[in-house]
Amino acid sequence: MTNNEDTIVALATPSGAGAIGVIRLSGPDAIHIANSVFKGKDLTKQATHTLHYGAITDGELILDEVVVALFVGPKSYTRENVVEISCHGSNYIIESIIKLLIKKGARAAKAGEFTLRAFLNGQLDLSQAEAVADLIASNSKASQQVALQQLRGGFSNQLAQLREQLVQFASLIELELDFAEEDVEFANRDQLKQLIHTIIRIISSLIQSFELGNAIKNGVNTVIAGRPNAGKSTLLNALLNEERAIVSHIAGTTRDTIEEVLNIQGINFRLIDTAGIREATDTIEQIGVQRTMEKIRQSALLLYVFDAVQITIEELNNDLESLQHPGVTMLVIANKADLLNQEQLLSLPHTDKAIIISAKEKQHIDELKASIYSAAIKDQLSGNETLVTNIRHLEALQKTEEALTRVLNGINDVTSDFLAMDIKQALHYLGEITGAVTTDDLLENIFSKFCIGK
Amino acid sequence: MFKKYNVIVVGAGHAGCEAAAAAANLGSSVLLITMNMGTIAQMSCNPAMGGVAKGQIVREVDALGGYSGIITDKTSIQFRMLNQSKGPAMWSPRAQSDRMRFAEEWRLALERTPNVDMWQDTVTSLLVKNNTVAGVKTSIGLEIEADAVVLTNGTFLNGIIHIGEKKFGGGRTGEKSATGLTEQLVTLGFEAGRMKTGTPPRVDGRSLNYSLMEEQWGDEVRGKFSYTDVKGIEEQRCCWITYTNSNVHETLKEGFEKSPMFTGRIKGLGPRYCPSIEDKINRFAERDRHQIFVEPEGLNTVEIYVNGFSTSLPEDVQYRALTQIPGFENAKMFRPGYAIEYDFFPPTQLTLTLETKHISNLYFAGQINGTTGYEEAASQGFIAGINAHQKINDKHELILKRSESYIGVLIDDLVTKGTEEPYRMFTSRAEHRLLLRQDNADIRLSPIGHELGLISDERIAKVNAKVKNSDEIVAFAKAKSIEPSKVNAILEKNGTSAINQNTKLFNLLSRPQVGFNELNSVDSSLQELLAKYDKETVEQAEIKIKYESYFIKEMEIVDKMKKMEDREINPNFDYSQLGSLSKEAREKLARIKPRTLGQASRISGVSPSDVSVLMVHVSR
Repeated sequence: MTNNEDTIVALATPSGAGAIGVIRLSGPDAIHIANSVFKGKDLTKQATHTLHYGAITDGELILDEVVVALFVGPKSYTRENVVEISCHGSNYIIESIIKLLIKKGARAAKAGEFTLRAFLNGQLDLSQAEAVADLIASNSKASQQVALQQLRGGFSNQLAQLREQLVQFASLIELELDFAEEDVEFANRDQLKQLIHTIIRIISSLIQSFELGNAIKNGVNTVIAGRPNAGKSTLLNALLNEERAIVSHIAGTTRDTIEEVLNIQGINFRLIDTAGIREATDTIEQIGVQRTMEKIRQSALLLYVFDAVQITIEELNNDLESLQHPGVTMLVIANKADLLNQEQLLSLPHTDKAIIISAKEKQHIDELKASIYSAAIKDQLSGNETLVTNIRHLEALQKTEEALTRVLNGINDVTSDFLAMDIKQALHYLGEITGAVTTDDLLENIFSKFCIGK
Repeated sequence: MFKKYNVIVVGAGHAGCEAAAAAANLGSSVLLITMNMGTIAQMSCNPAMGGVAKGQIVREVDALGGYSGIITDKTSIQFRMLNQSKGPAMWSPRAQSDRMRFAEEWRLALERTPNVDMWQDTVTSLLVKNNTVAGVKTSIGLEIEADAVVLTNGTFLNGIIHIGEKKFGGGRTGEKSATGLTEQLVTLGFEAGRMKTGTPPRVDGRSLNYSLMEEQWGDEVRGKFSYTDVKGIEEQRCCWITYTNSNVHETLKEGFEKSPMFTGRIKGLGPRYCPSIEDKINRFAERDRHQIFVEPEGLNTVEIYVNGFSTSLPEDVQYRALTQIPGFENAKMFRPGYAIEYDFFPPTQLTLTLETKHISNLYFAGQINGTTGYEEAASQGFIAGINAHQKINDKHELILKRSESYIGVLIDDLVTKGTEEPYRMFTSRAEHRLLLRQDNADIRLSPIGHELGLISDERIAKVNAKVKNSDEIVAFAKAKSIEPSKVNAILEKNGTSAINQNTKLFNLLSRPQVGFNELNSVDSSLQELLAKYDKETVEQAEIKIKYESYFIKEMEIVDKMKKMEDREINPNFDYSQLGSLSKEAREKLARIKPRTLGQASRISGVSPSDVSVLMVHVSR
């Protein structure tokens, strides 16, 4: 249901590999929410229709450098306060920023919701009404299909189980309220607590699976970096040659890099080659290094390659330190192992964490792939586990979890009629993914499980 | 022989009586037609009013100016406030009534109401002109004209009673069924369905051995249903509890092959929350006993109602099984239990005023709409009676909101979603139940009753005083600080922690362990203030203090929904034009004709995106 008092957020540009992504916020708190994550001028004090350069930060962590456009209502597309954040076009960055904005109080917009608001606030003329309605209908059909696809397999099983358990929990609470006089055994508080703990555990694991699910859907941005002649391009080819049949080439439309997509066990890795890093001796070199750093920052994974024959320990330590970036997992790869004997290999610096390969001779490439795969999924995945890939699903699960945590906190002190308020919230949010949970569902469950009635 | 009436009410059960009284009190001339003047306001099933959610409904009817609460208070022989260990929204009054006095008091009340005429007869068809009802035709061939008609036929329309393999026409045990009306309504375009309900055997109380049962007394301090001062019966009675056992179950099973339920002779759907004893032992085979409530039917009768033993098995099986229940060894049966099937009309054919969509000025209330329960019936009759009067006098209609009353929830559910089984109210059906309490029904609804003219100036002054004075107490509690030395002993005695600095009375009262009763003595100005006001006012203040944060949160949710609930849809809106709606939504919306976007959103099969589409169009 649409409620114009909250603030909604969504990606306004087509998702995929564009150079720039525009994230749009609309609603009374749009400017306030944007300001809370914006490092730069105080957005709440700026005039309408102005642009501001700055960074989006999550605590200490800089997610991206952005340009923010402010539109103070009613002089905006929706006639509400609108903020448009132009960021780099990486899905990873976009999702991170949207996730952060949701954490700060925005809600993921539903299909066609910006347009709907624009219409309801009188921004669009009457002749556009029909078009808006069609848009909403077609968008929701499309998203229904997407949702259906996502609901296949493990996700839907786990959600069905989750829904059932939550319905069971809610029924036990309602049982106490509407059927206090019945000759049935009511669940004690410990049983209820145990049940709610189980439910929260399932939800948490689903929430945690989001990053991974996202990786599978959008691909993991992976940068290959290293000094000149470390063997970056050879490595790229070695990785891709193995999988030639399922590799596709995606030309970055406006960027000067070529992305290659490598698929390892179902996860797409977008490989981005970079120019070699040198000690910066002039400004041009400095710009090159800065560029590489920027790409690393936009990635989830960094493959750092060094020439095991040539590199000195000082150079290696220097690189490892300078390429480090919070939120980016680094794999250290010692290349050209074919040119070294066993003894030399063992005396390599950082052998404990380096993966030793020969790109040219294609030695240990499979092991490297296994490392890339496990670094991406951060060892979270155990075979048949379920994934959440949709940010709206994530939001619904987070809200469900919040409400259930409130229930858990109150369960010893508060009578069940008040617990029911938060349970209703939880059912509402979970219902956004699994289909609404109605009073009739609860009553049905009660009547099927308990002998009610005089 | 008859003049033309403003309103004819067909049927004199709980719905019919409230409808007749309400319309007459508003000034309509009313004719109440019943098949038997001797059974006005019969409690056909158990001799009790109220219960969880139902008790709140009776309070609401009373707050609006109906009679059910007053009659119950006058005739109750046991009162209990259920759910007192829960929050105040769950507190639910329930009373055992003296069944004969209940009917008698209702009849007296109707006789004392000016403008109510009565006539014993059976209505066999309606007079209809230009799709508007014009009166009724009766079984003896009379045609009586009226501007509006309220049908409250209960279980009488083509009623069929089942006892084992026997079946016979009847609207209630010992009473004829009513035929003809359903058939005519179907010809007029109405859809009809069948429902089923049942009732347990009644036994001779002199034949029971109560020493083998548990006593169940009412509350020592009796509560009430009416906000007015009603003098009730002094003498109170106890009920008893006993249990079935495996012998009882085995005996009942012997009758299963003759059960009209299990052999499929009964087609109508019965209520799941009110199953027959055979249904209970069939569906919950693992349970070796079921609770039986032994309820007196009145002060001056030995008749006993065997609550929990509803059955349609053959009477000899009923008897043999009964006598194996502890305390029932020598039981003598007065009347056997039976199941009854009857016609109802899916209530989605009504508007929120309970007027039918097919025929103007025709109203339906009670079991004819697929509900069960005296309280549900009474409230619908009351609303239908009011709306019939308002309509024919071109006055505004009465539609209660879901956020202000259980009655609003009841009618909105019926009209918007329909019902497959007999519909009973539960608190869980009300999304804002924290606000719909038995303690504040007068505050919620009496202003509406007063505006209609059903609540006197004196009564509304009392309600206004309750609001004002309880607010004054709340304000006092928020302003007044209490010193630790004055209160710590009391706090510790009641199992809550002591304070170490001056603390607002309001914050102390937020603790579940203490209330005004405990804290009254800590401050003399508090004592003086509380002494000024009656119990209900002080209780209202305490509830407001203890649960303020929850109420505020709930009110915020109500306000959020308000935009949807208040946005009206033109009743003639052409849904077939909206290609972007789903086919199912288009069909359902065209049939239900929701009054508001909020109501539209509750129709099953109408998705949130359909509602968004609708919003675009109704905003034009």
